[in-house]
Amino acid sequence: MNPFSSSTRLRDMIRSIRACKTAAEERGVVRKECADIRASINENDPHDRHRNLAKLMFIHMLGYPTHFGQMECLKLIASPGFPEKRIGYLGLMLLLDERQEVLMLVTNSLKQDLNHTNQYVVGLALCALGNICSAEMARDLAPEVERLIQFRDPNIRKKAALCSTRIVRKVPDLAENFINAASSLLKEKHHGVLITGVQLCYELCTINDEALEFFRKKCTEGLIKTLRDITNSAYQPEYDVAGITDPFLHIRLLKLLRVLGHGDADASDLMTDILAQVATKTESNKNAGNAVLYECVETIMAIEDTSSLRVLAINILGRFLSNRDNNIRYVALNMLMKAIAFDDQAVQRHRVTILECVKDPDASIRKRALELVSLLVNENNVKQLTKELIDYLEISDEDFKEDLSAKICSIVEKFSPEKIWYIDQMLKVLSEAGKFVKDDVWHALIVVISNASELHGYTVRALYKAVLTYSEQETLVRVAIWCIGEYGDLLVNNVGMLGIEDPITVTECDAVDVVEDAITRHNSDMTTKAMALVALLKLSSRCPSISERIKDVILKQKGSLLLEMQQRAIEFNSIVERHKNIRWSSLVERMPVLDEATFNVRRAGSLPASVSTMAKPSVSIPNGVAAAPLVDLLDLDSDDILAAPSSSSGADFLQDLLGVDLGSSSAQSGATPTPKAGTDLLLDILSIGTPSPAQNSTSAIDLLSTADMNNNSSTALDTLSSSAPPHIATTASAGGMFDLLDGLSPSPSKEATNGPAYPPIVAYESSSLKIEFTFSKPTGNPQTTNVEATFINISPNTFTDFVFQAAVPKFLQLHLDPASSNALPANGGKVTQNLRVTNSQHGKKSLVMRMRIGYKVNGKDVLEEGQINNFPRGL
Amino acid sequence: KIERSERERGRKMGIRFILMVNKQGQTRLAQYYEWLTLEERRALEGEIVRKCLARNDQQQCSFVEHRNYKIVYRRYASLFFMVGVDDDENELAILEFIHLLVETMDKHFGNVCELDIMFHLEKAHFMLEEMVMNGCIVETSKANILSPIQLMDKAH
Repeated sequence: MNPFSSSTRLRDMIRSIRACKTAAEERGVVRKECADIRASINENDPHDRHRNLAKLMFIHMLGYPTHFGQMECLKLIASPGFPEKRIGYLGLMLLLDERQEVLMLVTNSLKQDLNHTNQYVVGLALCALGNICSAEMARDLAPEVERLIQFRDPNIRKKAALCSTRIVRKVPDLAENFINAASSLLKEKHHGVLITGVQLCYELCTINDEALEFFRKKCTEGLIKTLRDITNSAYQPEYDVAGITDPFLHIRLLKLLRVLGHGDADASDLMTDILAQVATKTESNKNAGNAVLYECVETIMAIEDTSSLRVLAINILGRFLSNRDNNIRYVALNMLMKAIAFDDQAVQRHRVTILECVKDPDASIRKRALELVSLLVNENNVKQLTKELIDYLEISDEDFKEDLSAKICSIVEKFSPEKIWYIDQMLKVLSEAGKFVKDDVWHALIVVISNASELHGYTVRALYKAVLTYSEQETLVRVAIWCIGEYGDLLVNNVGMLGIEDPITVTECDAVDVVEDAITRHNSDMTTKAMALVALLKLSSRCPSISERIKDVILKQKGSLLLEMQQRAIEFNSIVERHKNIRWSSLVERMPVLDEATFNVRRAGSLPASVSTMAKPSVSIPNGVAAAPLVDLLDLDSDDILAAPSSSSGADFLQDLLGVDLGSSSAQSGATPTPKAGTDLLLDILSIGTPSPAQNSTSAIDLLSTADMNNNSSTALDTLSSSAPPHIATTASAGGMFDLLDGLSPSPSKEATNGPAYPPIVAYESSSLKIEFTFSKPTGNPQTTNVEATFINISPNTFTDFVFQAAVPKFLQLHLDPASSNALPANGGKVTQNLRVTNSQHGKKSLVMRMRIGYKVNGKDVLEEGQINNFPRGL
Repeated sequence: KIERSERERGRKMGIRFILMVNKQGQTRLAQYYEWLTLEERRALEGEIVRKCLARNDQQQCSFVEHRNYKIVYRRYASLFFMVGVDDDENELAILEFIHLLVETMDKHFGNVCELDIMFHLEKAHFMLEEMVMNGCIVETSKANILSPIQLMDKAH
């Protein structure tokens, strides 16, 4: 009885699901059906099983959970009839997840079915095994499969061959057993057996070097002959596709030849003729022929140098590229990326065509072409290519702008011949696609601007002009207000005009307009507003004549819904109002040149919180007004988005933008008699207009802890003089700062006097294992702790495969270096491993860590877990 | 050497999934050759369908890159056939494979349509089983693919 043709109820279910108008309705029908199926499963009537399973498969396809039917699959597989087995195996492949215990139950049935007298049953078992087998099953059933590769019926042989590819992939050790069987398959005439045999050989070659050598020696010629035979074969209706005999087999053979020829000149030599023949004789007016050509080109490019063939291959790609069919152009672009590696010139010849593809209406083509263009750029063509891309950026689809602008930026950064060109191009990108530009890109732009002192005037004027037109591009606005804040006087006075500039007249009011616009625009985000606020403060000293107006703008922010903005507005306002004299001091001075090298290191992400950066905010206290809000502002959101590394590094960087400045301004102040003014100012700031005392005290503690860490760094600096120069300059002032805050803070911290030494702890101890931690702090970076973990085997057995894993709560960041070894000798054998923990809540929360240790004793897995709570305080 | 085999174990596997989806974006057949949870499948199918169905223009190519998959798709009447493959798979060959799949189904059902697949889901799967195993093509001859299925039909 066929469960499907007779099963009206399955049809009914499908009909009623089809009739559903809404998703909710569908869910209802499915819920009811699932309940029926469960009930029916509980009744355990064998006649309902296949129907139930067929329904479950349908329900599963719709995306509903069907795990309760898994055991039904096993029962069907174990039943004697073929139809039941067939649906059972299908269910097994569709419904089962990789939960081993359920899969293990099926191993025995599979073994029986692989030895079944009915070859169709054997075929079912092979198919299921080939699709779902796990490593354990592979080990258990490999001998059966190996035997079946020699089975009399080709339909079994082909399935056994593919099943073997799964087995050797799961258990590479078994590869050797299959080499001989696989090579015998290559002599077959049956296409199915041949294609799967070739696939098995390919798999073996990639897994096992000996297999690769074996097939290279013994089978290359045979494979070439097979390929020649099918290329030249007479019309075979069963395998013919548009005049090509079995393109799938063609492609498989070419793939295998590629592996054999790669890295071996002799094998490559052997296949030259047949590749040339395929490349020249294959019909290219139909997809099947092009598929073969495409594969042939890839093989030619992968095997050892045969330059005449490569010319042929490049020509084929050129033809593909000018094809009107988008599919063909797509694969051409794909392949040209690989071709660049060995023949850049040949690909460069197609540059114009490739550039046209960047502008294609088809998103897939555009994406490929853009990747390719970015590989084609070099010092000679960067200007022309960038111009083309930027021109296109103006008219491209919105959803393409993100990719396109990112690529342009990376090209410009990498190949820019001079700074002014770099700045110009970046301004164009920001103007066209500023809202898509990532933080690190505009940060980098600011660093470059800061370093190009002769271009400050030019840049700020260019930005001013741009921002008037493109005020909706957030990152452009940010860069513009930063520059206006820093170089506003150059803007107004037309300082440093370059020959190429048109003179413009900008009044101080105009400059403030731009900043005010940014701060009041409803869709400006918090970073932009904060930057605008700082820019206003700076402008107030650059352009004293408009300080009244600036005061008004700042005052309006007192009503901001953002607490930080509100607070800074009040603080800034009081600076503008009450401390006119100190506005000229270091407080709002122009930033010194930002350090490109430091920024690049940080950007590369190798040091998420590098030693030098973390020290800087501590040094920045005289100017803390400016630094603190921004740091706070950014901290606020960086806490929530720890997952996105780019934005948190952005926060770091902004800290740094201000930090660098502050570092050296305090160094200056140390040399001149201004520190007094600075401290006064600080006291003022801390006392004035802060609405909530709680906040006041936290900021005091923050300042305190930073001062305290600074103290540490100064002691460390005595011994370690290789640190960056700003540090040395700052230590002098840091002591004073510490004193100052010491008097101010309610509870002077004890750790400061303890110095940086922390006692080692025993982090964990069991009957067989002991873990000790020793601690050290990197110079000037109090948030980070270096932990050296020592694992000691106190048992009489050797541990192997030792793995230490640790997890920390969100406010910590953990970096694990590799352990010194993964084996611990018995009775006191040791392994060490370095950990680096960064505590973003340093001074507020202590370290805590959960850990898991796995190892093997006499081949048995052991797992130990624990929590470490006894870290010294203040880490 | 150990490192190498480690690297190769995570190797590419060719076809990673096959989907048949109607014009409304409803899945009519889904066969995965790698393990994904139900939630992942739903999300993936939703994303792919949205992406492919938005590309209605005849001129556009049949390949869409999505996450780390490449989707090769082709529309036959009201049904989309979508095959997810690895990055380095021959896209044109997959396109040819889709055509072979459709021809095979045509031969069995006689001009296959959405309803044939819905009401004979298991048959469609049996055909796929004969054509693809573990992400690799097993058989390219329509007669060979269909003979076991026809044999079973006769037996009943």
